[in-house]
Amino acid sequence: MSQTALILLWIACGLLTFAIRYSFIALEGHYQPPSWFIRWLPFVPIAALTALTMPELLLVSGQLDLGVDNSRLWAGLLAIAVAARWRNTLLTIGSGFVAFWLLHHLG
Amino acid sequence: MTPTTHLPPLTPLRAFMLGVRALLPMLLGVVPFGVIYGVVALQSGIPPLAAFLMSSLVFAGSAQFLLAQLVGVGAPVFLAVGAVGLINLRHALYSASVAPVLHALPRRWKLLLAYLLTDEAYAAAIPHLLREPRSPLAHWILFGAGFSLWAGWQLATLAGVLLGAQLPADLGLDFALPLTFIAIVVPLIDSRARLIAALTAGAAAVLLVSMPYKTGLFVAVLAGLVAGAFMQGRGSR
Repeated sequence: MSQTALILLWIACGLLTFAIRYSFIALEGHYQPPSWFIRWLPFVPIAALTALTMPELLLVSGQLDLGVDNSRLWAGLLAIAVAARWRNTLLTIGSGFVAFWLLHHLG
Repeated sequence: MTPTTHLPPLTPLRAFMLGVRALLPMLLGVVPFGVIYGVVALQSGIPPLAAFLMSSLVFAGSAQFLLAQLVGVGAPVFLAVGAVGLINLRHALYSASVAPVLHALPRRWKLLLAYLLTDEAYAAAIPHLLREPRSPLAHWILFGAGFSLWAGWQLATLAGVLLGAQLPADLGLDFALPLTFIAIVVPLIDSRARLIAALTAGAAAVLLVSMPYKTGLFVAVLAGLVAGAFMQGRGSR
């Protein structure tokens, strides 16, 4: 694909993404989401971000890997424990990264 | 004057900075992700200018990786657009979540904030928006979070494009993103229903990972929502 064709493709993808993000903001006042929708909303960031994260920890090349050499899994579990105990973003990311590097390069 | 007497006085700048401060720690995870996007996009055969422009024209983290990958393997255009729409469909739920806060604003504000509505901006701003939904300046919080993510993402992907293939791919910098999401989600889990929602979505995403074009992610999110809402319904009776 030429650079121009690629940029046109980006614009198509961008317009679609924008339409999704604008959807309910534009509808506000004309459309009330049903109550089950409102009830589900608090679970959205929890479900979405966990669904993005768990495959990163548990899968290596698309296969389930619970072995000791899966550095991401053990570093991720440590980060989850740190986040649960201290609820501190920087501490969570920092401890997870240090654990990952140690496991990955020394293990 | 609006009767918001119990709220602290909020100036536009203060509200904007609230959003900026809530988002800044997330840049630790987002900046390496953006640098890696730049490198990956060039490796997929995308010219540097197009790779950089994708960050402002599409402006969506994981969808940009997916799009670069699909272009690299020569996927048809309709498939690339459809995949990006599917992976970004979750933003409709963020849109519904922030709509009540924005509904009285002029259209230019709604257009701007819709463009800036990402996972990270939503996650950074929503605790503040839930606390001060009636504040006439609450949109400045979302703007502060959205703008700092946008600026960080543009600079990071520019750095990635400039570094190009010179950056070794095995540094593991992409691991910062799951760590960032852990740091966001774990403190949000304060009830059994929320824990069930997280565990269900996470397990389903792992089980459904082989579904084509990340559709498993969308099914997993829905499964987590159903499980969480079901547990909450049981708990309230």
